[in-house]
Amino acid sequence: MAPDADASTDQHITEVSGTGVPIPGDDVDTDQILPAQFMKEVTFDNMADYLFYDARRDEDGEFNDHPLNRFEGASIAVVNSNFGCGSSREHAPQAMMRWGVDGVVGESYAEIFRDNCKSLGIPAVTADHETVVELQEWIEANPDGHIDIDVEGETVTYGDTVIDVDVDDAMREALVEGIWDTTALMYSNRSKVDETVADLPYVEGDD
Amino acid sequence: MSEGTLYDKVWERHKVTELPNGQDQLFIGLHLVHEVTSPQAFGMLRERDLDVAYPDQTFATTDHIAPTEADKRERPLADDQAEEMLSALERNTSESGITFFGFDSGKQGITHVVAPELGLSQPGMTVACGDSHTATHGAFGSIGVGIGTSQIRDVLATGCIAADKQKVRRIEVEGELGEGVYAKDVIMKVIKDLGVDGGVGHVYEYGGPAIEALDMEGRLAVCNMSIEGGARAGYVNPDETTYEYLRGREYVPEGEAFEERKRYWESVASDDDAEYDDVVTVDADGLDPLVTWGINPGQVVEIDEPVPHPDDFDERTDREAAEKAIDHMEVDPGQSMLGYDVDVAFLGTCTNGRLSDFREAARILENHSVDEDVRALAVPGSETVRAQCEAEGIDQTFIEAGFQWRRAGCSMCLAMNDDRLDAGEVCASSSNRNFVGRQGSKDGRTVLMSPAMVAAAAVEGEVVDARDYLDDGPTGGAGGVEEVAD
Repeated sequence: MAPDADASTDQHITEVSGTGVPIPGDDVDTDQILPAQFMKEVTFDNMADYLFYDARRDEDGEFNDHPLNRFEGASIAVVNSNFGCGSSREHAPQAMMRWGVDGVVGESYAEIFRDNCKSLGIPAVTADHETVVELQEWIEANPDGHIDIDVEGETVTYGDTVIDVDVDDAMREALVEGIWDTTALMYSNRSKVDETVADLPYVEGDD
Repeated sequence: MSEGTLYDKVWERHKVTELPNGQDQLFIGLHLVHEVTSPQAFGMLRERDLDVAYPDQTFATTDHIAPTEADKRERPLADDQAEEMLSALERNTSESGITFFGFDSGKQGITHVVAPELGLSQPGMTVACGDSHTATHGAFGSIGVGIGTSQIRDVLATGCIAADKQKVRRIEVEGELGEGVYAKDVIMKVIKDLGVDGGVGHVYEYGGPAIEALDMEGRLAVCNMSIEGGARAGYVNPDETTYEYLRGREYVPEGEAFEERKRYWESVASDDDAEYDDVVTVDADGLDPLVTWGINPGQVVEIDEPVPHPDDFDERTDREAAEKAIDHMEVDPGQSMLGYDVDVAFLGTCTNGRLSDFREAARILENHSVDEDVRALAVPGSETVRAQCEAEGIDQTFIEAGFQWRRAGCSMCLAMNDDRLDAGEVCASSSNRNFVGRQGSKDGRTVLMSPAMVAAAAVEGEVVDARDYLDDGPTGGAGGVEEVAD
């Protein structure tokens, strides 16, 4: 069988929509999103079960009133600033995706987290503090309310409100053009890689 | 936009092409692999029937799940999940022709300790690893970035990542560090000043007299915690300290080849007239040891400083974060951290698990014993570090003082093995993250500090100023130590 770098399921992701879940707090780190003890699995299959594992449970191990317990079925997570900081673990956005999150609206993201979202085809868009907080409050008041992220148009619509959001250029291009699986893209540039490598004094050439 | 910096030069040397999404395709000269974030990536490769493109540029070891008690390293490991991860890594590296430093190699350890000490990390390289502390390797004057698992797949399959070029912030650390003040304190001060998200969108270039005076292990500690300040990468320009550290190491060329390689290393250093996106100055003169009081590394004070009041913060979100931290840590605003009770002392990690870290801690432990209520763990960052310590007899100093002397691994930094906090235990830790739950208990509390500070906290069972314990005799020294060694 010939190598199949294109075996991804890349799609054009121009918009995502659904009900929302607010996950409030600045500097929410990936250790909270997906505690390390649950990374001891060689696949991502079960990660949804571990999403915010500690934060979602009370002292007896029962579900508490964490938003993820109250807004089950939501597709749009709404977060604050520097979300996903700390560890680079892709387990965090994998867990969110497998729980049902298709898109994220936030004030800002840690870079590795944003990169990981892009790799998974999850748009992570940004808006200012007041705008995000208003949206979070709206979700609390309208748990069944519909939210739409227009990746291409860089807007988020909820109720009668349309807000402008920012989408990182590379993320927008990747998602809208359906080229967010970078393996296939870069695999096709193999000869150019060879040229770059040939000029690096510390890399031995091919035998 | 920056120009003429090491970052610009190394980026250009490794840039393959611009991708249609506007990102650059960047060749990765050193790919470090460990057991936790790689099995899924190897699985993705198999799904596409792709081979590892550059196995000779790829090196693996096991660290996150590695048991640190000697008798628990027998195979199969008692923890089935850990055994499965380790077996998968052995299989994946063996099938791909990737060098793997396992338990029996004598070189196993934390990736960010192993690669520098073997001479794998060198100036002018791009380094990637599925671990956010990959910035560590920037200490040599390389670009080290942490990546997610899908990006590990990219590097395995193509030798490259898709990346956005960042802004370059020069962090000029002026002055001279006093006795008992370390690289760890410098980087915590940087994070204190610039915030945990201050570096987002930036690479940090650390320079100035206080950085130039650091040895390589100190520079590694500084660069290691770049990510805690939000900067995905941080580096120090290579100089004679760098070159002399590298000379003679296993993966470094010798003789004329060394001189030739050195010319490349020298060529990538930032130009004298390099342009930076911005420059920040930090004064290291008079800096005291720092300790965290909260639940992120930016919630940190110098040892005599009071824990802030939530009302001290202008931003509502900072106030809320402070309230949450004070609640979790049960600290008193207005009081310093001196005297804060400690149950566990943990020395090790990719930040502070190197020979000089154990030497500094041993200076204190030579004359003191661990408080009887404190559980104290010394976990060398690598088996090489362990062997060095044992050759110097440092292990005996630790053991006689009451520390458990362990084998190499990430251990209680993130508690993926058996080493973890119980319930609400407080840990004086030389690690890099004090996030809630980080050390294995959601009620556990972490106080980040330098290795010397950890040793002193272990002795007293509370947070103290380690400078009072350095070089004093067995009957206590100038610092007014009341409790002496048993």
